[in-house]
Amino acid sequence: MSKDEHFQKRRKDWEDTTVKKTTDRFPERKTEFATSSWIPADRIDIPESGDFDNYSDKLGFPGEYPYTRGVQPTMYRGRFWTMRQYAGFGTAEESNERYKFLLEQGQTGLSIAFDLPTQIGYDSDDPIAEGEVGKVGVAIDTIEDMEILFDGIPLDKVSTSMTINAPAAVLLAMYVAVAEKQGVSRDKLTGTIQNDILKEYMARGTYIFPPKPSLRLITNIFEYCSAEVPKWNTISISGYHIREAGSTAVQEIAFTLANGIEYVKAALKVGMDIDSFADRLSFFFNAHNDLLEEVAKFRAARRIWAKVMKEKFNAQKPTSMMLRFHTQTGGSTLTAQQPDNNIVRVAIQTLAAVLGGTQSLHTNSRDEALGLPTEDSVRIALRTQQIVAHESGVTNSIDPLAGSYTIEKLTDTIEAQAWHYLNKIEDIGGMVRAIENGYVQKEIQDAAYRYQQEVESGERVVVGVNKFTIKENPPSDILKVDPKLRDLQINKLSEIKKLRNNENVTQKLNELRLAAQDPDINLMPTIVAAVKEYATLGEICNILREVFGEYQESIVL
Amino acid sequence: MQNLARQVLKQDIRAIARSISLIENETDITQKEALIDTLHPHCGNAIVWGITGPPGAGKSCLLDRFIEHLRQDNKTVAVIAVDPSSPFSGGALLGDRLRMQKHATDDGVFIRSMASRGHLGGVAGATADAIKIFDAAGFDYVIIETIGVGQTEIEVMELSDIVLLVLVPGLGDEIQALKAGVMEIGDIFIINKKDLDGADRLKSEVEYVLSLKDSIESDSKHPICMTSATQNDGIGNALSQINSYFAGLRDDGRLAQKRKERIEKELKHIATTKIMASANRFLNIDQRLNGWVEEVFQKKVSPYKLLNKKIGDFLQEINWQ
Amino acid sequence: MMKKIRILIAKPGLDGHDRGAKYVARALKDAGYEVIYTGIRQTPDAIVKTAIQEDVDFIGLSLLSGAHNELFPKVVELLKSKNADDIIVFGGGVIPESDIPGLKENGIRAVFTPGTPIKDIIAYIESAK
Repeated sequence: MSKDEHFQKRRKDWEDTTVKKTTDRFPERKTEFATSSWIPADRIDIPESGDFDNYSDKLGFPGEYPYTRGVQPTMYRGRFWTMRQYAGFGTAEESNERYKFLLEQGQTGLSIAFDLPTQIGYDSDDPIAEGEVGKVGVAIDTIEDMEILFDGIPLDKVSTSMTINAPAAVLLAMYVAVAEKQGVSRDKLTGTIQNDILKEYMARGTYIFPPKPSLRLITNIFEYCSAEVPKWNTISISGYHIREAGSTAVQEIAFTLANGIEYVKAALKVGMDIDSFADRLSFFFNAHNDLLEEVAKFRAARRIWAKVMKEKFNAQKPTSMMLRFHTQTGGSTLTAQQPDNNIVRVAIQTLAAVLGGTQSLHTNSRDEALGLPTEDSVRIALRTQQIVAHESGVTNSIDPLAGSYTIEKLTDTIEAQAWHYLNKIEDIGGMVRAIENGYVQKEIQDAAYRYQQEVESGERVVVGVNKFTIKENPPSDILKVDPKLRDLQINKLSEIKKLRNNENVTQKLNELRLAAQDPDINLMPTIVAAVKEYATLGEICNILREVFGEYQESIVL
Repeated sequence: MQNLARQVLKQDIRAIARSISLIENETDITQKEALIDTLHPHCGNAIVWGITGPPGAGKSCLLDRFIEHLRQDNKTVAVIAVDPSSPFSGGALLGDRLRMQKHATDDGVFIRSMASRGHLGGVAGATADAIKIFDAAGFDYVIIETIGVGQTEIEVMELSDIVLLVLVPGLGDEIQALKAGVMEIGDIFIINKKDLDGADRLKSEVEYVLSLKDSIESDSKHPICMTSATQNDGIGNALSQINSYFAGLRDDGRLAQKRKERIEKELKHIATTKIMASANRFLNIDQRLNGWVEEVFQKKVSPYKLLNKKIGDFLQEINWQ
Repeated sequence: MMKKIRILIAKPGLDGHDRGAKYVARALKDAGYEVIYTGIRQTPDAIVKTAIQEDVDFIGLSLLSGAHNELFPKVVELLKSKNADDIIVFGGGVIPESDIPGLKENGIRAVFTPGTPIKDIIAYIESAK
């Protein structure tokens, strides 16, 4: 066999094994794929000749190690990515309505935004919650709010992603308990909790506890879900917010993967087997405007993670090596000036995510630099995904940019630079230390500063902001949350506190305190028991604050 | 001015804050001196600590814990946190108080960030007088957190009753620091982040260097404390060691001695500054300098000859001797 | 010596998006001001007490969560109650244009929305000091 025949032979092997296994179970959307002019579109295109070994090492085939070209063998020919719009505001009732609206519009998964008090483990009546209740998401104090939130939404039919980190265990417990009330068994629940505390310390800010007990809560969730809620994605290791904080594309994936490594180490340390949890790890990245760099970034991230899992952690199961990720278009790229331009930015970013092989996607609304998105804006954002999926044709062939000199060079360069960071962090002694001594924050801040200086000097053009500006009238229809909402929520909370069995609550909270004091106990069952008795999120988190202490921000200016 | 001083003595927060600005800005020297003169009789009650150590040793975090403990004992605490000014812009980013911000709403704690404004030595030019303001205002403790660059921070030793030197394992330059004489600055040695690898080794290194130092000084043993500020571990113990070290200083007269030395330095400093200023005024150096430079450059005269003559003339003029 | 302008950059409320606040802090330092930065999650009370202790000339508040209508005026109110309303308060973040008049009525002297060049903020400080 001549050297070049390797390519065709391997392609046939791949079609006959990897692809066939998948298509037997999940047939592709169509039997024939073609361009708009009826030119047939192959499942995958590969080189006709060249260095086969190099091709195999670096790119391989979709659904096969090192997964550079995608984690599924058929990718979007099988089914599109999950279109999942992050939403939530005000009360549980209002958010519930928005979710039903989105599901009616063809959205395929829910993504819950919580307000900041909920994200930081405070009840709505806590003085520190003033002004924040229901603002950036829905306010959840007790399981009752959670029941209302999912009223009429069958939890065995919908997959739910929850952006919750420090108190992820409590919200997951509430979700499990609500499912139980709906008569849905735990093994049918699908969805994701973000549960990624390390990036909170470095970029997003909704931390509560110090790293050590926080990592314990995370591994408690890993263990609990692996036994009880097997289809749940226990963590969504997020580069999104690192990028929003101003990092480069390289830093985004490097720091995210370094966080992933830290979580894996934590789980191994408590005795878990790598292949028992690794396939429940998922990732969450940003998509910015630099289309080719973004596509290369996603491909490089997949390749690095596969190597890390295989070579560093000796994972055996292929699914343990697959980097599956959610994408959100870049919030910080949106401009308050000429907000309709944002629709175009989001479209480019959508293409980046899809050409980069994302598993699910949230597209931002044009008006998010101004406030909460209106229903009209949310619809356009969702339509953008639908247009890319159904009209653009980029879903016909898998990883269609592969083999482009530019894309492959960028992928290699991003990978090399990311490895440089990973090694550096390893030298520092892991991500927790690199965060505590401010190394990561400093790297991100320096990049953010440089970027902003370029914008200020005009060296970097932001259309409508520092070039092509116009005189504008202030936008009219901006969605606002009723400031009285907090009073409503407080009243509801005090009603519940009257009606619930307070003796039981106290007892469950005491049990939680005792359990928290013993690092070897898994806290999930105790938390589930407490939320069922209508213990509030704040009450539970306060017990844990008492035992664990609170994290103190570390800033290098 | 009397009014501002009176407000300071009444512990008026705004007055204290403004007094410190007055000193920092040096916009009105007479006013500044009047303020310090009025406050002087009320000084001498506060215990003054300096906290120094390399960047990343966790000084602010540790200080935050000390404040917590001191507040539990009902002691009031003032902190002067010094950060460097940019030599280029003259601006400064003052972020030390971030670590202590949970005390922001506690009226028994006053935290003031201070930019070095070009002053060398790990503190600012205004630090010494700011200590007096806090002292006169009745704070039990005044704590100076230095910039933290190492051996140049001798000045903190001159300003405080006790210097806490915070060290941390893993910075890689411990032994260098010890050799370079940073150790001379410290009264109490705190090894922070004691849960890190190398903490015990660092402790024995410090012990070794101290054994040399103590055998020369022989008047006191320098305590070494192990802490973990983030875990709130070892703080109480460190505090009681600091307190008993201080009691030792106070009881055997070394504290008074130290404070007298401080006054001596201060007097010398004020004298030098004032003489310089007066001489400058009389000799009109600033205006005549260009001419002198020219003379020296053209070798018409040598620097010593020129200045001996000028100063001699000046002394004669004012009837010196 | 000249009087140095001192500025407190503070983040009230619970939101952790400090990219803008940190950028402004650093840029103001580079413009020659002394800038005090206190980190995220500051209560209006802590901000005001900090501003007074630090004897600042300006407080710059940054908020992206939408709680500005509640929290910004609260800072001004507290400053007044402590006879410290000579300290000038300005704000920035995701703030709808329509909220700005209300904030100004409540004593927020200037509001800088996303995309404002730093030179505008500096120009404001120079004109107001």
